[in-house]
Amino acid sequence: MVKKKAKKKAARRAVRKPEAEFPKKHRIEVEVNGVKYTHEVEPRLLLVHYIRDVLGLTGTHIGCDTTNCGACTVLMDGEDGRWKAIKSCTMFAVQANGRRILTIEGLAKGDELHPLQKAFWEHHGLQCGYCTPGMIMSALGYLMINPNPSEMDVRKGISGNLCRCTGYQNIVKAILAAAEEIRSSGRPIL
Amino acid sequence: MIPKQFEYFAPKTVGQAISLLKKYKEDAKVLAGGQSLIPMMKLRLAAPKYVIDLNNIKGLSYIKEAGGVIRIGALTRHAEIEHSPLIREKLPIMAEAAEWIADQQVRNLGTIGGAISHCDPAGDWAPNLLALDAELVIQGARRRVVKAVKFFKGPFETDLKPTEILTEIRIPLPRGGRVGQAYMKFERKAGDFATVGVAANLLLNDNNEIVKAGIGITAVAPAPFRASEAEKILVGKQPTAELVEQAAQAAADMAQPWSDLRGSAEYKKEMTRVFTRRAVKRALERAGVTL
Repeated sequence: MVKKKAKKKAARRAVRKPEAEFPKKHRIEVEVNGVKYTHEVEPRLLLVHYIRDVLGLTGTHIGCDTTNCGACTVLMDGEDGRWKAIKSCTMFAVQANGRRILTIEGLAKGDELHPLQKAFWEHHGLQCGYCTPGMIMSALGYLMINPNPSEMDVRKGISGNLCRCTGYQNIVKAILAAAEEIRSSGRPIL
Repeated sequence: MIPKQFEYFAPKTVGQAISLLKKYKEDAKVLAGGQSLIPMMKLRLAAPKYVIDLNNIKGLSYIKEAGGVIRIGALTRHAEIEHSPLIREKLPIMAEAAEWIADQQVRNLGTIGGAISHCDPAGDWAPNLLALDAELVIQGARRRVVKAVKFFKGPFETDLKPTEILTEIRIPLPRGGRVGQAYMKFERKAGDFATVGVAANLLLNDNNEIVKAGIGITAVAPAPFRASEAEKILVGKQPTAELVEQAAQAAADMAQPWSDLRGSAEYKKEMTRVFTRRAVKRALERAGVTL
């Protein structure tokens, strides 16, 4: 009996031990949708989990979790200061230290939807809606590179995003309409 | 999916990164763009105890031209190569190749140095660097320069030692004569790894003879390789449809593909022939030769 208990205790210690000495948590400062946050994070925490579970911004979705589907797409400022679409399931939160991030929640200005959001609504660019935040953020990243795309360009631009309802026709229409709207308004894309 | 626990380091210099590699050796992994490493860690195909993130090292991301050579920092993102005005003007094949890599989001994070060091047997950069006679700068205890043909050794295996980091890619700009370059990739669906990919780099003289040929092939051998037999057939001759066909066959004969979900070994060999022919033809067209 005593032996059994000691064994159990040793086993528990063996499980706990690595956690106690490793890994070290890291302090990160990030700005998400204009709000500054500071947190202590474990290195293995993925950016998408940080956004969803720590910040509570659940508009960014997790689809495939294998860098294929693009549901987790957000914008992050690059080394050159420009916004870039990235897959937040394929980056560690600790790497986002000092960066600015924009998620779908940061797109609308008060009650006024972003032209891309409006166009997805008007052109029925969604069915179940699961891929939509990623599609919109991806389209936004692409329109920043190419504000006057052809239909083929748009299809290439969102090739990293999957819509399992296969609603691509209207998604492409919506992005083309939004591009036109942004160009004719003369306003900056963001 | 959640990776196994690891300790994270963000060195500020290449020297610091190498010291960490010396300390932790095989227990450590270098993180560049992370677009291969992080998925592997999530699937637990990789579970390094120590991750050394290079992204905080300044001066590893650049595209420059000096003395007829294009120099690309190892931490340069695929998208930066894709959109670089210098690359588009002087070495458009590299922009063409970049466009084939995965998708916009992956290209915004993934780096050329990371991709090459990872050495996926179906990667898109390797065939191009092979065809273009690139050289790779490697930093360890000392700095050394190795030719691309000596670098890619096998699946996920390169000439890099566990205590070394790739820091720069050097590509000589073609000089004189008429130059034609093309990268053709056959993929099963948008953004997929290649079923086969062929890069062709040809130089012709005023007599319409091919004086230099570089043909790099990916995804149909344990490591990307140079189709030297095909190059031998082309060099010194005036291009004809028959000559290109012979070269394409020679390239296919060198391929050692395996059967998987992208196709049977036999099919891939045949596609190697077809895509070598197309890549060489397109390169010739760009050099002003229509067959």
